[in-house]
Amino acid sequence: MIINKDNNSDKEINSRLPALEISNLTKTYNNGFQALKSIDLKVEQGDFFALLGPNGAGKSTTIGIISSLVNKTDGTVKIFGHDIDTNLEIAKSHLGIVPQEFNFGIFEKLTSILMNQAGYYGIPRKEARERANYYLNALGLYDKKDNQAGKLSGGMKRRLMIARALIHQPKLLILDEPTAGVDIEHRRSMWDFLVGINKAGTTIILTTHYLEEAETLCRNIAIIDKGNIVENTSIKKLLDRMDSETFILDLKDPITEIDSMDGMKFQLIDSKSIEVSIARSRTINELFSYLNSKNIIILSLRNKSNRLEELFLNLVEKTLK
Amino acid sequence: MNYQTNWIAFKTIIIKEYIRITRIWIQTLIPPVITMALYFVIFGRLVGSRIGEMGGFDYIQFIVPGLVMMSVITNSYNNVVSSFYSAKFQRNIEEILTAPVHPAIIVLGFTMGGVLRGLSVGFLVTLTALFFTPLPVHNVFVLILVVFLTSFLFSLGGFYNALFARNFDEVTIIPTFVLTPLTYLGGVFYSIQMLPEFWQMVSKINPILYMVNAFRYGFLGVSDIDIVFALSLITIFSIAFFILNVRLMIRGYGIRN
Repeated sequence: MIINKDNNSDKEINSRLPALEISNLTKTYNNGFQALKSIDLKVEQGDFFALLGPNGAGKSTTIGIISSLVNKTDGTVKIFGHDIDTNLEIAKSHLGIVPQEFNFGIFEKLTSILMNQAGYYGIPRKEARERANYYLNALGLYDKKDNQAGKLSGGMKRRLMIARALIHQPKLLILDEPTAGVDIEHRRSMWDFLVGINKAGTTIILTTHYLEEAETLCRNIAIIDKGNIVENTSIKKLLDRMDSETFILDLKDPITEIDSMDGMKFQLIDSKSIEVSIARSRTINELFSYLNSKNIIILSLRNKSNRLEELFLNLVEKTLK
Repeated sequence: MNYQTNWIAFKTIIIKEYIRITRIWIQTLIPPVITMALYFVIFGRLVGSRIGEMGGFDYIQFIVPGLVMMSVITNSYNNVVSSFYSAKFQRNIEEILTAPVHPAIIVLGFTMGGVLRGLSVGFLVTLTALFFTPLPVHNVFVLILVVFLTSFLFSLGGFYNALFARNFDEVTIIPTFVLTPLTYLGGVFYSIQMLPEFWQMVSKINPILYMVNAFRYGFLGVSDIDIVFALSLITIFSIAFFILNVRLMIRGYGIRN
């Protein structure tokens, strides 16, 4: 097991400082496109935070600025209290990045990629090798350690980038769509791995298009759209805001029609399945009672879509209007 | 600036470059040796035997220092421009840019990678030359200093080119259209004393002339130009290019949006 040594120059981090604090962050590209419009964002230490938004909303620009790959136009970014304008090297030492696009040398061996990355953070070669072996093992890549990175499958490449981002044991890990193109089995094991390192104290910021992923893993959320933060709250509070929830019911026997009632709106999908939208004021028990009274027998019930997905679409649609 | 972190990062960049150079040795180390062996055979033995002496030495002995220097220059330059631009193209340069490595260390690391290849090729070409002619060593100190500084300077030049390059065409433009003509006209194959006075003056604008002549002085003890002036010139250009590259890196020119 790797012993978590602190390579950072400030050995003690004030536990009250946010892991990430962004103020008035603005980015205007040379072509005049304003990707970020003075956004504020705070992520507390130990959080598992979701940064969501449609394509082109400004998520990757925000991550690019935090990781100093994109020059900001205005505003401040602090990582554990270290301003990237005045204390960039210390700020960087706390940060691990898993980018959206594969960005490793395709001809390099997995071990070399990890050991070199460790070297860039000042980790001596011997320790770098131990860490590389540990993370390759933890992410199920040890058998491939001497393979060229370009020959890995898509899911393995993603896991390699996670291993690389963790090699210096950062206190803040940012993952930009880490499970894109990863099969369900590996996605679940990746989730377990991320939950594990979050429990061990690493603050995690995640961007994803799988809203089920955000709902399962994250405690707090910010939704960014057209360069503005349109929502920033806890997932629980956000879900509490839902005024209705939509379910699909599979029926035992066919029906031809069903009447809606106050707080329950029914829609026939086909003769043996119906969609019902239930207001927050009504309960599932009331739904079943009503269906019982109509002699309708239910075989199964499921959410029409992920709850967060419904809210997300509502919020983004609002900004479109 | 954390000195220990940067020192380990510096060594890491050099190790990475060493692995790259040796992994693709058929592309990096062998072609210049074959090309120079052909130069030695054709210009040194076949044509050179009819030319006679130049600067008091056999023609092949006269051209060997220039040809070694030519391979050092092109390989130092090409190593950095291709390595750094490939890292930009594949975006694995982000591995270093997101790490707490000072821009000066990144410039120095890639530059020393270029020096490593330049000097390795220079050594192999010199060994090859010894199969064709004996080589005296007049001043080993000047020899080592000139070859190192020249390799360092052209590695820095390769880094500068890679920062500006937006595609692979822009990686090859300067080596093809600038470096090669300057090298051929830099006194590799002839002494500028043979040229009319006007062309001698024009030749002295070419910086490679100073490097070739200083290097030839190290081997043979003959030179068309003043050695101290040549060494000073290479040193000043090296410092200027290093500062320029570091400043561009700090600004994020060509690497950050």
